[in-house]
Amino acid sequence: MTRVLQLVFFLMVRVVVLFVLGLNVRRREWLPEDGPAILVANHNSHLDTLVMMSLTPLARIAKLRPVAAADYFLANRAMAWFSLNILRIIPIDRQKGTAGGDPLAECHEALARGEILILFPEGSRGEPEEMTALKKGIAHLAEKNPDAPVVPVFTHGLGKALPKGSFLLVPFFCDIFVGEPIVWPGDRPTFMNILAARFASLSAEKTFAPWE
Amino acid sequence: MTNLLPIHIALGGIWALLIVASLIVFTLTKAQPERDHSELVQRTTSWWAMIAVFTAAFLLSRTLSITVFALVSFLALKEYLSMIPTRRADRRVLFWAYLAIPVQYYWVADEWYGMFAVFIPVYMFLFLPFAMLLSQQTEGFLKAVGTLNWGLMLCVFSLSHAAFLLVLPVEGPGSIGGTAASGAGLLLFLVFLTQFNDVAQYTWGKLFGRRKIVPQVSPKKTWEGFLGGMLTTTVLAVLVAPLVTPFSALHAGLAGAMIAGAGFIGDVTVSAVKRDLGVKDTGALIPGHGGIMDRIDSLTFTAPLFFHFTRYLYT
Repeated sequence: MTRVLQLVFFLMVRVVVLFVLGLNVRRREWLPEDGPAILVANHNSHLDTLVMMSLTPLARIAKLRPVAAADYFLANRAMAWFSLNILRIIPIDRQKGTAGGDPLAECHEALARGEILILFPEGSRGEPEEMTALKKGIAHLAEKNPDAPVVPVFTHGLGKALPKGSFLLVPFFCDIFVGEPIVWPGDRPTFMNILAARFASLSAEKTFAPWE
Repeated sequence: MTNLLPIHIALGGIWALLIVASLIVFTLTKAQPERDHSELVQRTTSWWAMIAVFTAAFLLSRTLSITVFALVSFLALKEYLSMIPTRRADRRVLFWAYLAIPVQYYWVADEWYGMFAVFIPVYMFLFLPFAMLLSQQTEGFLKAVGTLNWGLMLCVFSLSHAAFLLVLPVEGPGSIGGTAASGAGLLLFLVFLTQFNDVAQYTWGKLFGRRKIVPQVSPKKTWEGFLGGMLTTTVLAVLVAPLVTPFSALHAGLAGAMIAGAGFIGDVTVSAVKRDLGVKDTGALIPGHGGIMDRIDSLTFTAPLFFHFTRYLYT
């Protein structure tokens, strides 16, 4: 039943994403066909997760697992049911990292099952259309799962369409830039440098209209 | 098929032209395999899609045709607002601007000319700056309200004139008694000649183009392309007018020349906007063509002028 609800929900999301927003995806072929894989994106809007989830064919929607903050997505019962059953998030405790085992344990298990994780290493949505420093959890995840390619995805426009703190969706075309998948380079600092460099070049691919 | 109207013959002619064009492109790719024809092939494929949508809407119902134009306005305005600098404080105002689209096209479906003609240039023109000042952010106010109004005029107001042709009660020698069929014929005449003129100017320019017209704005536009296109479009207008319009030969020729001239100006105007913003295409919605604004730039100028030309002479 929840599987059907999930399909219906994401079908509706696709209609809205394609018509109200409209995506221009560059290098779609670099998106992983199948797991294990880790999609890493910048974070500006609630739309980010939904848009990232509409990039793969609907038939594989069950493979996608957004990694999201437990304190926000499990805040109340309705929200928690929706997050766990429809979005099928993997909740992460943002406050206490290591207390009581590996906070990424569920992520490792998902990757072992061949699922595709969606991560926003900025941690929070922050100011619209501005990138903040990347958190290092992603490096730990990549180190433990060297077989899973890390695919950087830069999005622009979603923070304009629905920024943090707003409920009014205003249509804007959104640009999606898929970067070259990163193969585990051997150590965490090198990985973080490569990831930051990929995002820097993706975000410089186009001059975006100013948003003051 | 109960009765084959002249408009069906005209549509058949457009499809025949498309097939001939596709065969030429196909032959070209076979004859010169060493050259890159991918953009030309993409362009032609997109033409198939666009003409298919247009034909389907046209044959199915008038309301559907009006809705298709409303959707084109929506996509164009979205492209425009995504392309220009905007202020975060104006998000709500942009939302109001989008809401003007269904309202404006409702006046078209309702055949209320008086409201259709003033809603955007009077009411939205006065309302948008008021809605904008409510955020009390005065920095960049004039630029924001100016660019928003211009976009609404271009993408919605101008373009809605094409849709209003569908409900225009046309009279005159050779008219089909002021029925919807005559309006549909006028719309077909306008859209076909505008798009044909784009292709004709491009082709003449490619073959014979030497003297540039406005190189700082659009380096590929030449006098040879412009005049060649205008000649072809005017001749074609005179030839097809008896089939779908009530125009006399003189008026048909004038309309053809006007479409060619205004189409050119619309094209270079959007080029000037793109150059100002530092972008090559307005978007990526139509493969081979760029954005939707790249395709309808000429139509935004030809539609209101052709509309008033027809309305003055034939209603």
